[in-house]
Parts: sequence; structure tokens; C-alpha cells
Amino acid sequence: MSERPLLEVRDLAVSFATEEGVVHAVDDVDLDVGPGEVLALVGESGSGKSVTALTLMGLTRQPNARISGTARFEGADLLAAGERELRGIRGDRIAMVFQDPMGALDPVHRIGDQIVEQIRAHREVSREEARRRAIELLSAVGIDDAANRVDAYPHQFSGGMRQRATIAMALSLEPSLLIADEPTTALDVTVQAQIVALLRELNRERRLAMLLITHDIGLVAEVADRVAVMYAGRVVEQGTLEEVFYDPQHPYTWGLLGSLTRIDRPRPERLAQIPGAPPSLISPPQGCHFRPRCRHEFERCPQVPGLEARLSDSPGHLDRCWLEPAEKRERRQVGEAPS
Amino acid sequence: MNAEPLLEVRGLVTRFDRGGGLLGRRRAEPVRAVDDVDLSLAPGETLGLVGESGSGKSTLCRAILQLERPDAGSVRFEGRELVGLRQRQLRPLRRQMQMVFQDPDASLNPRKRIGEIVGAPLKVHGLASGAELRREVEELLDRVGLAPEHRDRYPHEFSGGQRQRIGIARALATRPRLILADEPVSKLDVSIRAQIVNLLQDLQREMGLTYLFVAHDIGIVRHVSDRIAVMRRGTIVEQGPADRVCEQPREAYTRELLAAVPVPDPREARARRARLSA
Repeated sequence: MSERPLLEVRDLAVSFATEEGVVHAVDDVDLDVGPGEVLALVGESGSGKSVTALTLMGLTRQPNARISGTARFEGADLLAAGERELRGIRGDRIAMVFQDPMGALDPVHRIGDQIVEQIRAHREVSREEARRRAIELLSAVGIDDAANRVDAYPHQFSGGMRQRATIAMALSLEPSLLIADEPTTALDVTVQAQIVALLRELNRERRLAMLLITHDIGLVAEVADRVAVMYAGRVVEQGTLEEVFYDPQHPYTWGLLGSLTRIDRPRPERLAQIPGAPPSLISPPQGCHFRPRCRHEFERCPQVPGLEARLSDSPGHLDRCWLEPAEKRERRQVGEAPS
Repeated sequence: MNAEPLLEVRGLVTRFDRGGGLLGRRRAEPVRAVDDVDLSLAPGETLGLVGESGSGKSTLCRAILQLERPDAGSVRFEGRELVGLRQRQLRPLRRQMQMVFQDPDASLNPRKRIGEIVGAPLKVHGLASGAELRREVEELLDRVGLAPEHRDRYPHEFSGGQRQRIGIARALATRPRLILADEPVSKLDVSIRAQIVNLLQDLQREMGLTYLFVAHDIGIVRHVSDRIAVMRRGTIVEQGPADRVCEQPREAYTRELLAAVPVPDPREARARRARLSA
């Protein structure tokens, strides 16, 4: 990225006090999303990817939460901003789309009215103008006959159309960043593919930057420019799609890529599996969090490896693993063979 | 397949009343949730049943087990007709056919210890008690990769993947021949999914199990299945050897399903998009 990042997250840490103890949900996370760029934040449940996104939107500010770090976005620090400033940014400069479109839509109001309200709450435009805009948006996200459908209620839409409608609503104030948290997970496969195509199109045609939160490596490969892999609260690897898919540096990334099924390849006898389960975030292991499940553990692993560029020829490709790059290329069974 | 099928389904139909009636509206035609389905499973085979939500996959499983009474058709297990049998007659047969569910959380009683959950089918069917029951339970836990001392713990003390192992141990307790697995890995994280898929395949080899493996993810289905049946709106639109269905699909709907599967490989994904837009 030559341009200054649109979103610049540094040293983000989020923990929650619970009855069982302090949950270290996010630990020392750095992320950049450039203008018009799609960064996928990929990880399993409990990896901290959703907590990261919610925290950026100010949605984890609870009495039991401790949040530290900075998140620069268009001149503001999202973590330091007051509620009022944040309300001005949220929905306006940064919009969010969630897994369950029903959660974002009010079942008793017409879809168009909800978009109109959203626009008029932030912009001084007439009702007619806002309605014209709502129809335009619904049409832009692929809803046929938008001029009539604008007056439908959410229950009259299918799951895929509802997700399109929430995306239209998210776009209504022309945000520069869209945070999409598992936007396709609740949808059927054929509908998923349509939403994926829509997200790509919005990114390409409107230069809409996205932070895409997902567990779905297929979605990452289809939509993202760069990817950050999270494991047990930390980013363990970050780079372009090319770097992370074809020259993965972290053993957790190897495990993730190795355990996928490929419809376009002969099937293997057996799926590669990562042994064990993710650690408790109340008492995570000392040092590298992946250590207890890692075949390649050695004496340096009880120290936390920093998220650093370890390859001289790819300064943007960062990882948290102490193994020597040459050794990594020897040991991994995924990515491209060492040349 | 020369062997006598273990399960044979012919012309199976299950209708659902669409209710209607409310506010005096005319009653709607019943929906055929399962509409004239034919399936056959040879012993030791895995048949993958793939379809989107609402395609009738789960209803079909329930109709095979007679949890949903079919409106027409036949379900033969080991050559014996199940449709029309009374509960009492079904009971010994149910032992031979067990289900593994999508959501282990919803199917494991949170107030019961693991030992009780896994041992329950043995008790219900009068297969073991006392010290023998205890030994059987420990053996089952071991088989699915859990430890004997897990017996005394509660479901919430386990991760999602471990809870699915518990669900599998319970299904295996009565030494069934047929397992109906309804989306057994779709709620699990990627790194855990492979563990459970591998476990199911190991158990099949060791115990000679026959699987009806139901899922919406055709990638996983193809990985585990000998044959695949594609279901849409209550009917099987295509059925055949797993690789043939995936590599040379004959039906437009199968092609659509396959085209919708995201390829977890950026270069390949790009190439595919270029092919599709050309």
C-alpha cells in the first residue's frame, strides 16, 4: 500500500471480566485497510475476529470490557471517540453488514422506509429524494423491480434478498468502509455465490473498502485483496492472497489450508487435520498460542513471536512463528513447493 | 454392488399440511416435502445426500427412521419393510439405525453427565447395566477419541468438536449398522471439521458402518461419499458415483450447485471467474 491506510489499527487488545475469569479475546492486533481494499480477517470461532470488528464499531463498550490500542480512521481514533462522535461515524462513514439480515431489518417497517429513515437521520434531504435514492440502491444491489419492492416488508423477501437489502441500507450514506461480519454464512450455497459476486462488484465499481470477517477460506479467495489470519486472539499471519495462500508461513495457516476440501481436485485419501482444540482465552498458553497443537514446536516457542516481516523479499507478509523461513518451506505440505 | 442392500427406499412420499385455514382461508394443497424418492445403500457404503435448505433432506431422514410417517412408498431395512410397523415392532430395528445431528448442543442434555448420555441407549434397549455398562461407555469414549474420565463431566465442559464426538459415541452405543448423519460437521470450525470427518471414516472402516451422510456442502459430501444423491424440492434430481456427479454432472441444478462452491485458491478462483464471464 502506497497510500495512507483508511483504517489503521495498532496494539488492539480487548478483554472481558467474566465469572470464570478474564477472557483475553483480542491481544495485540495490528491491521491496515487501504482505500478501496478488501482485507479479510479469517479465523475460527473464538479467534477474536468478531470482537475486533465489534470493538472498532464501539459495540463492545461494556462495563466488564477493557479495550486498549488505537484505531485511526479518517482522522478519528475509533477507540478514543466519544459515543456521539462514534454515532456520527457508524452507519455513515463505516457501515456494517451482519450474518443475520433479519437482525438488521425491522420486521414491522417497509424496507424502503427503513432506508429512507437511515438517510434522513444523517443527511438533509427530502423524503422524495431519499426514496428515489432507496430505489436506486435496491436496484444496485440486484433487487429486480426495485420501484415496487421498495414498499415490501422484510418477511416478503427471501434470505438472499434480505441480505441484499441490508447491503443497500449499508451503502445508503456512501461509507468509505464496510465491515461485513460473516455476510454469507447464513445463506444457501447458490445464494452465497450471488452475494459474493455483489460484494466484489461493490468493491470494484465503488472502490468501497471492506473489512471482511469470515471463517470461510473460499470467500476469502474470491473477494479479498489481503488476508489476516487470527488464532486465539492474535493475528498469526498477514499478507496478500498470493503470499498467504501460496507461501504460508504459520503452521496454523498450513493446517487451515490443508484441511479444506477441493471440489476441483481429486480427493485425498484423508483430510489433513489439526490435532486438539483452540486454547482457553482465560488461561492461554504462554508464548505462541498455537504451540499446544503445533507439530513444529521448539525451544523458542514459549516466547511470544512478534507479528513481523520475516521474508526479505515480501516486506508486507507478516507472521508470528519462530521457525526459519527455509525450514517452513521444507516442513509445510501446503502452498507451493520450494523452488 | 452385488450385495443385498442394507437400506432400500422406494417411492417415498411425505406430505406436510400447509395449514392454511386460519382466518377462514381455503386450505392449501399439502406440500410434498419428500416426493417419490428412491435410494439404496449397500452395506459399508456411504451415500451422500446433498441439497439446500428446504430441499427435504432432514424430512427424508426422519421418514426413513419412521419418525415421520410416510404417506406413500416403502423403506426396507435388511429386507424388512418399516412402513406400517408399530412402535413396538420398530424398536428393535431402531437400535440398528442411529442418527448423528448437526447441533450437538441441542441434542445433548446439559444436565446429564457424559457417561449417562452415551450409556442411555444401552440402558433403554436393555443391552448393558452396572459394571458392564460402565466398561462399554469407556470403550465408546475411547473409540471416538475421548478419555474414560470424561464420563463424569457435563456437556458444557467440552468444545464443539468434542461434543460432536460425544454425539457420535452415543449413536454407536447400540452397535448400529446404519448411521444417518444430518449435517454432522456443518456447525464445526474448519480445523475441527477435518477431525470429525476423519473419525467418521475410521469408524466406518473399523466397524463396517453404512452411512447416509446429509449435508449442504457438496465439497464435504464428495470427500466422504461413494455415491451422491442431489436433492431439490423433495426429489432426487441426480444420483451417481461421487466423482462422476462432481466431475460430469448431468443435471443443470447439480452444475449450479457445483459452480456456487467457492474455490479456496485465489488463482483458480480468478481463472474460474474469467471463464464464467467469457
